[in-house]
Amino acid sequence: MIQDAWLIPAFPLAAFFVNVLLGRRWLKHWTGPIAALAVGASAVVAIGIFLEVRAGAERTIVPLYEFMTVGDFSVNVAALIDPLSTAMLLVVTVVSFLIHVYAIGYMAHDHGFWRFFSWFPLFVFAMLILVMADNYLVMFVGWEGVGLCSYLLIGFWFERPEPAGAAKKAFVMNRIGDWGFTIGMITTFLVFGSMNFLDVFDRVAKDPPAQGVLSLIGLAFFLGATGKSAQLPLYSWLPDAMEGPTPVSALIHAATMVTAGVYLIARSTPIYEAAGPVLAGVGGVGALTAIFAATIALVQFDIKRVMAYSTVSQLGYMFLALGVGAPIAAMFHLITHAFFKALLFLGSGSVIHGIGDVQDMRRMGGLRSKMPLTYWTMVIAGGALAALPPLAGFWSKDEILGSAFTNGYPVLWVVGVFTGGLTAFYVTRAIWLTFHGQPRDRHLFEHAHESPRVMTVPLLVLAAGSVLVGFIGFPPDHGFLHAFLGPVVEAGAAKGLRPIDTGTNWPQFLIFAAISTGVGIGGILLGLSMYARGRPDPAAVSRAAGPYYDVLTNKYYVDEMYDRRFVEVAKAVAGAAWAFDIHIIDGLVNRLGWAVKLGGSGLRRAQTGIVGNYALSVVAGLLLIMAVYGGYATGWLRR
Amino acid sequence: MAASLMDHLLTLLVVIPVAGLIPLVVFFRDARAVKQVAIVTTFIELVVSLVMLAQFHVGEAGFQLTESAAWLPSFGIRYELGVDGISVLLIPMTTLLTFISVLYSSGGAIKERIGEFMAAFLLLEVGMVGVFMALDLFLFYVFFELMLVPMYLIIGIWGGPRRVYATLKFVLFTLAGSLLMLVGIIAVYLQSGEAGDRTLSLPELLTRSDRFPPDFQFWVFLAFGLAFAIKMPMFPFHTWLPDAHVEAPTAGSIVLAGVLLKAGGYGFLRFAVPLFPIGTQAWLPILILLSVVAILYGAVVSVVQKDLKKLVAYSSVAHMGFVTLGIFVLNQQGGVGAVLQMLNHGFVTGALFLFVGIQYEKTHRRQIADLGGLANQWPLYTAFFGVFTLASLGLPGLNGFVGEFLVLLGTFKFNPVGGPGGLFWGPLAALGVILAAVYLLWMFQRVMFGTLREAYRALPDLSPLEVACAVPLLVLTVLLGVFPQPAIAIIAPSVQRALAIATHASAVVLK
Repeated sequence: MIQDAWLIPAFPLAAFFVNVLLGRRWLKHWTGPIAALAVGASAVVAIGIFLEVRAGAERTIVPLYEFMTVGDFSVNVAALIDPLSTAMLLVVTVVSFLIHVYAIGYMAHDHGFWRFFSWFPLFVFAMLILVMADNYLVMFVGWEGVGLCSYLLIGFWFERPEPAGAAKKAFVMNRIGDWGFTIGMITTFLVFGSMNFLDVFDRVAKDPPAQGVLSLIGLAFFLGATGKSAQLPLYSWLPDAMEGPTPVSALIHAATMVTAGVYLIARSTPIYEAAGPVLAGVGGVGALTAIFAATIALVQFDIKRVMAYSTVSQLGYMFLALGVGAPIAAMFHLITHAFFKALLFLGSGSVIHGIGDVQDMRRMGGLRSKMPLTYWTMVIAGGALAALPPLAGFWSKDEILGSAFTNGYPVLWVVGVFTGGLTAFYVTRAIWLTFHGQPRDRHLFEHAHESPRVMTVPLLVLAAGSVLVGFIGFPPDHGFLHAFLGPVVEAGAAKGLRPIDTGTNWPQFLIFAAISTGVGIGGILLGLSMYARGRPDPAAVSRAAGPYYDVLTNKYYVDEMYDRRFVEVAKAVAGAAWAFDIHIIDGLVNRLGWAVKLGGSGLRRAQTGIVGNYALSVVAGLLLIMAVYGGYATGWLRR
Repeated sequence: MAASLMDHLLTLLVVIPVAGLIPLVVFFRDARAVKQVAIVTTFIELVVSLVMLAQFHVGEAGFQLTESAAWLPSFGIRYELGVDGISVLLIPMTTLLTFISVLYSSGGAIKERIGEFMAAFLLLEVGMVGVFMALDLFLFYVFFELMLVPMYLIIGIWGGPRRVYATLKFVLFTLAGSLLMLVGIIAVYLQSGEAGDRTLSLPELLTRSDRFPPDFQFWVFLAFGLAFAIKMPMFPFHTWLPDAHVEAPTAGSIVLAGVLLKAGGYGFLRFAVPLFPIGTQAWLPILILLSVVAILYGAVVSVVQKDLKKLVAYSSVAHMGFVTLGIFVLNQQGGVGAVLQMLNHGFVTGALFLFVGIQYEKTHRRQIADLGGLANQWPLYTAFFGVFTLASLGLPGLNGFVGEFLVLLGTFKFNPVGGPGGLFWGPLAALGVILAAVYLLWMFQRVMFGTLREAYRALPDLSPLEVACAVPLLVLTVLLGVFPQPAIAIIAPSVQRALAIATHASAVVLK
């Protein structure tokens, strides 16, 4: 089965070709089931491979073809099937399949249905290339490929200016990160003579280069990761990306693509472990992003924006985990987050779909009775996000915070616990504003309806996942996931650098769990106290919070700052460059041409027409040649 | 007969377009016949160039399919043709782009003087394929100049409103450059041996590199270099390009960007670097600087362009910056990347000019601000134009990425004796990739997205002829992006050989 790994991306690629070529004229609504079936087939193969890897096939390279070989540089298109990539393959294919099914319902009335189900499997294909690659270059191909599909799908409703602008913003911000990826990838080749993960990590273990070089590589890749995974300072494209259809937000901007940066750094663990202080920087940026985005999420009224900032924040937790040297915890949270955040988005989508494309929570309220299935699945997902035991998010987030503390980062731990309280608050607020209280828009409420089964069944499956997936990490620090991923990401342990635990430290675990759960419940209670009593009054909240509230609703004015500092400056520079081109360079050329014309017009009387002009030039040239050669021969031109 | 034809494939490539001129002149006043003659001629030329490619032995570094005959024996000038990995792919690229240009122009884009137009194109093709095959410096010069005249006519007669200014600028610039090159060629001739033993044959000259002392190389490299730098065009000799493109008819733009610019990069790699390695070294810091400036400057200026064609023209300046950068970092990855970039730029920018032209034929607008919302009206057009835009911004998986990536890799490896090295230039050049996304996606957004104007509502999507023109370019764009290795295998040995000759020659001279 492992040797058939290339089937996994082949199915969605085939679906893309079929749908994009035949979708518009002929297949029309068949494109949805075709795409979903293809991704489902990928999931089946991925499960088969997972079983084989679990049975002991630890590390297999499946080559496909020679990509490029120039001199000492050589890269193949080849897959690295190991526990890390297998875990990602499973998450990507299974969650993608569920969201594809959901989207068949969600997109049913859109005139671009075939187009949606062309880009959607293409995205899955690119994501799978990213995950399976055995070297940085092929990973980069997938990395940019998912960026392209993200661009196409954010801008899916391109007639309106906002999606088109958001799509471009996402791509350009990602390109800034990709600049870092490019530098990291090429420097890796210069240092190690290879871009293959296994060659590079082998060299790092046996014969590590100077720490400064590794730090440079690490920083460069991290810049790439901040772009793709929406971390400070390159995060601001992700909230805007909500202009895309909701299944896109769920799949690309919550469950899969945005976690690629986490995967990149988890994959490069050997480099980061040897690089020293860079890793602490990764953790710091992650923690800062987590709390920064969570505070913005507190005051948003667009339900999808709340979820978007929440995603930025949760990705911050994953980088925090990577930074404190707990890549397994990062991957664990990546997996649980994929389920509960996809569910939160799909639930939001179900609401949006059910009330006729409204996203403003101020116009919702009381929808619990109209959409019970959506409500209950959202509650489960919200609980998982708030890290309530025993839901999935609890286990993974607790492990991150525990690792932060025990690995010697108490400040990051405090930030993480506090952000947990904020998280619990905003998710409570979002669910309450949407489903509880009195309906605030009678008309919308009366027309509200539960979504069709093609949408609710994926919700139920994801809800089950949001409950159960956490147990792959049970018992804490010694669950299945730890045993599965341990050999890949914990190179240090193999070398005996890291003490090998003898078992779960239950008292310690319980203390940490109690603290973070306590803070989480505090956040929930605060949310309830503010929003559950009667009608929430944004104006009152705004008055009470004063200027802080304005700063938060304006998202710390970062977009404005970026516009002023970068976009405007860049436009001014470009304008100046063009003026320079026209007036200075071309001005000089024109003046020169004018002078030539003046000189030529005198001589031209002896000549006629173009041919003569041409001949004249030849004569002039010959004179020049003789002069130059004479000058050279007499030594006048010798330096 | 067949066997002997196969021995003269390169001559055949020179002769076919000339032969096509005969029936063309016979049916000169019959527009339909003229078009058919031109299409058939360029198609045969394309097929023969593919046969030539099939005859090429992949993996051999030296010149193949060579032909040599005395031409002007009293001056040691020979009719000498040959191809190697550097040129063998550029020739089918040329014949394909010419065929597409002729095909597209026969669809109604050229309304008057069609006979003259097609004749100019056939003549142009002779010059273009000749440039990539000539192994004698004088012969190269003849072909180099032969490209100039028909292009001058194509822009000057079938061009836009400011065509006179544009052609004058184009001709004066290029002529100034090529005259300098002629100076250089004569200098090389005089220096190449004692009277009676002088030669301009490249293979012969490469064995006589000990006859070119360092200060000679310094000046002659400058003479050749200026000609090629103007043709590329390198910053700051680029201002003829936007004007020429804006005024040129679509077919003229396709071959101008697709083929003519490559004569500069090709000339550097074929003649200037291997013949004058010490001259190259002397000018290297400036050449690297100008290349990186071109990449960034071309991109920055593209951002604020209001005219679609001008935008694509300025983006060519940036893309050609990658070509010169790849050549002058003087390593294998850079050189192979440069050749691939020339090839890919030919297909992609040729296609972009084709699509800008198609769009203009329908809307009669080229100002970006006048367009918008075309995506829903023209799904087919959008798909093609989108792929070429993405290839132009270097999206991995499409061909543009491969060349740029290898050039960047070579740039990072660049390790000069003095001055800033690869770790300075590499990240700087890589910034150009970000900027490419900015100006191309912003352009695409303004042209294709948004709401459609009422005036464009009835305009039809691509015609079958237009699709036929675009499909081969699309296929190559994808194939060369996903499977670049077959092309690399052809190019790499010859690039390595050229660089090895340069290294050897500079060692010989310096000793």
